[in-house]
Amino acid sequence: MSDISASDYSYEAGMGDYFALLKPRVMSLVVFTALVGLLASPVPVHPFIGFVAILCIAVGAGASGALNMWWDADIDARMKRTAGRPIPSGRVQPGEALGIGLALSGFAIVLLALATNMLAAFLLAFTIFFYAVIYSIWLKRATPQNIVIGGAAGAFPPMIGWAVATGGISVESVLMFALIFMWTPPHFWALALFVKSDYGNAGVPMLTETHGRDATRQHVIIYTLLLVPVAIGLGFTSIGGPVYLAVAVWMNAWFLKGAYDIWRRTDADCEADKHRVEIKVFKVSLYYLFAHFGALLIEAALRLYGIGGWS
Amino acid sequence: MTLQVEHELHERRKGRNYGLGLILAGFIAIIFGLTVVKVLELGNSSKFERFDHVARPQLIPEEGAGE
Repeated sequence: MSDISASDYSYEAGMGDYFALLKPRVMSLVVFTALVGLLASPVPVHPFIGFVAILCIAVGAGASGALNMWWDADIDARMKRTAGRPIPSGRVQPGEALGIGLALSGFAIVLLALATNMLAAFLLAFTIFFYAVIYSIWLKRATPQNIVIGGAAGAFPPMIGWAVATGGISVESVLMFALIFMWTPPHFWALALFVKSDYGNAGVPMLTETHGRDATRQHVIIYTLLLVPVAIGLGFTSIGGPVYLAVAVWMNAWFLKGAYDIWRRTDADCEADKHRVEIKVFKVSLYYLFAHFGALLIEAALRLYGIGGWS
Repeated sequence: MTLQVEHELHERRKGRNYGLGLILAGFIAIIFGLTVVKVLELGNSSKFERFDHVARPQLIPEEGAGE
């Protein structure tokens, strides 16, 4: 024997494996909504401080993703969609994910406090706690409403962005939170209706499996009805305006029509057209969130030229 | 027995080490940038000039004005 070959015994994780722990796709939505919360606020922020704040929020979100993967490694291994994640595939050790999650959480929270203010840092800390502990550890395996309450974790970023700029919480930031919070259930359940999931095998209660598909269709229409006043109401606050309102009315009518179509359908309809309506509504839900936050960004840009908002 | 210099493991660790190096360099740049921005945002230089461990009576308006 002349060679020493450590790679025969253990896989050496690369930077890409560690980066995958941070759930980059989720992070991109977090960055976008936090940025809108920051830019829509009436208080200007120095561009460098704004950049650092968004980076901290993104890293904090990534850290909570790593903590989620650490805790959920057992169920991730049992589901096809998640079996390739760094921990179940053996590329990263669970302890490493826990260490990275905790260390990055600490760095992100402390740096955000130093760069901006304590409220923003507290909200980021609470978001990480909410996603890792309340959602991942407690609710995800306990109730089919997990996605409703867990959606709050994804709804905090624009509120944190707003707090970075203003140092406070206001009706605008609460409504931005509520918009994502109320949007998450119909968005997710539309997906659950057409994707053959193996959550059941993994012991995770999902509404489609615990209460059936008809109950899920009902939930989609109910939550969409609750979402509409939140989305429209945001248009009448200081960050809304004619552009936002026009986008909101159009997108809500579109989304509501889709939710109604889903509600009227049966399993036989779904089988007949291979979930055509559910797939379409899921896509609409993606445009829905992007359009609302994009419209808030346009209103903020117009205000720079004195033509945005209601004044 | 010889250790191969260019083993695949070294290449992999090289990537990790460069990655960590870049992250640390970025962290230093962020702290430095934040310091510059925070100090400049103070506007009035007397707010930070006094912390240089040298007696600066002119920075104290009441006492410095009469001298």
